[in-house]
Amino acid sequence: MRVFDLVKTPLRELNSALHAIAPGRNDTNFEVINPRGSHAVAVGIDQPVTVDVRGSVGYYCAGMNDGGTITVHGSAGPGVAQNMMSGTVIIEGDASQYAGATGRGGLLVIKGNAASRCGISMKGIDIVVHGSIGHMSAFMGQSGHLVVLGDAGDALGDSLYEAKLFVRGTVKSLGADCIEKEMRPEHLQKLAELLEKADVQGIRPEEFKRYGSARKLYNFNIDNADAY
Amino acid sequence: MCGIVGLFLKDSRLEPQLGQLLSDMLITMTDRGPDSAGIAIYGSATEGKAKVTIQSAKPNIDFADLERDLAEAGLPARVARKSTHAVIAVAAARLADVRSVLAAIRPDVRIMGSGDSVEIYKEVGLPKDVVARFDVRSMSGTHGIGHTRMATESAVTTLGAHPFSTGSDQCLVHNGSLSNHNNLRRDLTREGMAFETQNDSEVAAAYLTAEMAKGKDLGEALTSALDDLDGFFTFVVGTKSGFGVVRDPIACKPAVMAETDQYVAFGSEYRALVSLPGIEDARVWEPEPATVYFWDHEKAA
Repeated sequence: MRVFDLVKTPLRELNSALHAIAPGRNDTNFEVINPRGSHAVAVGIDQPVTVDVRGSVGYYCAGMNDGGTITVHGSAGPGVAQNMMSGTVIIEGDASQYAGATGRGGLLVIKGNAASRCGISMKGIDIVVHGSIGHMSAFMGQSGHLVVLGDAGDALGDSLYEAKLFVRGTVKSLGADCIEKEMRPEHLQKLAELLEKADVQGIRPEEFKRYGSARKLYNFNIDNADAY
Repeated sequence: MCGIVGLFLKDSRLEPQLGQLLSDMLITMTDRGPDSAGIAIYGSATEGKAKVTIQSAKPNIDFADLERDLAEAGLPARVARKSTHAVIAVAAARLADVRSVLAAIRPDVRIMGSGDSVEIYKEVGLPKDVVARFDVRSMSGTHGIGHTRMATESAVTTLGAHPFSTGSDQCLVHNGSLSNHNNLRRDLTREGMAFETQNDSEVAAAYLTAEMAKGKDLGEALTSALDDLDGFFTFVVGTKSGFGVVRDPIACKPAVMAETDQYVAFGSEYRALVSLPGIEDARVWEPEPATVYFWDHEKAA
């Protein structure tokens, strides 16, 4: 276990060390203490390392993660796990705006609440939020799953493509072209799998509603002009 | 970008540390805006007395003999100089006369703000330098706000720095940009408000002043702002006893708040809050869009 104290060690040293891990190495456990809201903690990981961050981080933590397991034992600022390719990012507290934006793969778990634009333009990432999410979440979501145990804010899934959204609580409003859809057995099965991966206990997939694209905005149609 | 900080103390034992805490918060936000910095501190009010913070580009000339010249102009006052700024203490009943007397005897002096308790210090330059030249760390008070500016609207000048104060004991700091400030400025000018800059944030400050002049409290004025101001904004505002926060409905400008039994704090980023006492156990949250948050010493009392 290598420990980086960000009060004493520059952030660049941490990220350089994470990038220097060669394939097949086994010294892959890292701990980061005193992050004190630092930006860009543990970005660009491309090996199956484990990073435990003890405290809250600022912007863009765990960005571009490809295979790492990063746990923030605190809250995360804007853009956490942005453009994740694979791996797992766990936020024990809350996440700020655009968590998991443009993510192509992997799993993002937020144990608190997420703010606005959670999963914006998601492209294959799975996001599980134990709390609630803010407005404009999953805007232009293309693929992947967004699971919300709490409530969703305004304009959920605006201009959605094929990302699948599951919300257990209330949805303040649905965005353009986003509709409630039937929960079929394959969705219940996928949801059960995601809940288990995200360490959600005592909540059944049947408690959720599914939302998805009405597919009316895929191609420009003059009759839909008002909806754009 | 801009960086905003604010600190509203509930526990009077922290009051001697207000300047120190706010200074550290502001300096942490330097990389959000290195153009200019400013701070408004609400100190203790003296019964029957008012304060006017003034600024001069040539303080050695303008502030020399100012006390004597004010007295000769029929306005007994005490002048306490701090670098390019000075605080004039006058009888509250004479507050309205300060502006006209200064215009006559010191036409180049600019008024930063006035009221029973507020003092405002702002200049171009880095927060650490601004904090040092005005010795902000030594200041005590009940609440305060600060701003470090990355200019997007209007010039990088002392007057273009935040906080903007357009009413007695009122001030505002802003992160964002307004899109309807020219129209609003015209309307407010017609209502009698005066403007000193082309800055959009000054319009927001004047708007709140005008709304409060109609009898609204700060919370109500901020609620009206959500209807009448167009654009991006995170505002932190102070009044004599109050402290308010509001974000526009899109809320893309960052904001984080923390509350303990001792204080309410605001920062553009969590980094700004990490040195506050007891932050580990504070309730930390991101203010909701289009939602007014408002604390008031008088209402709490």
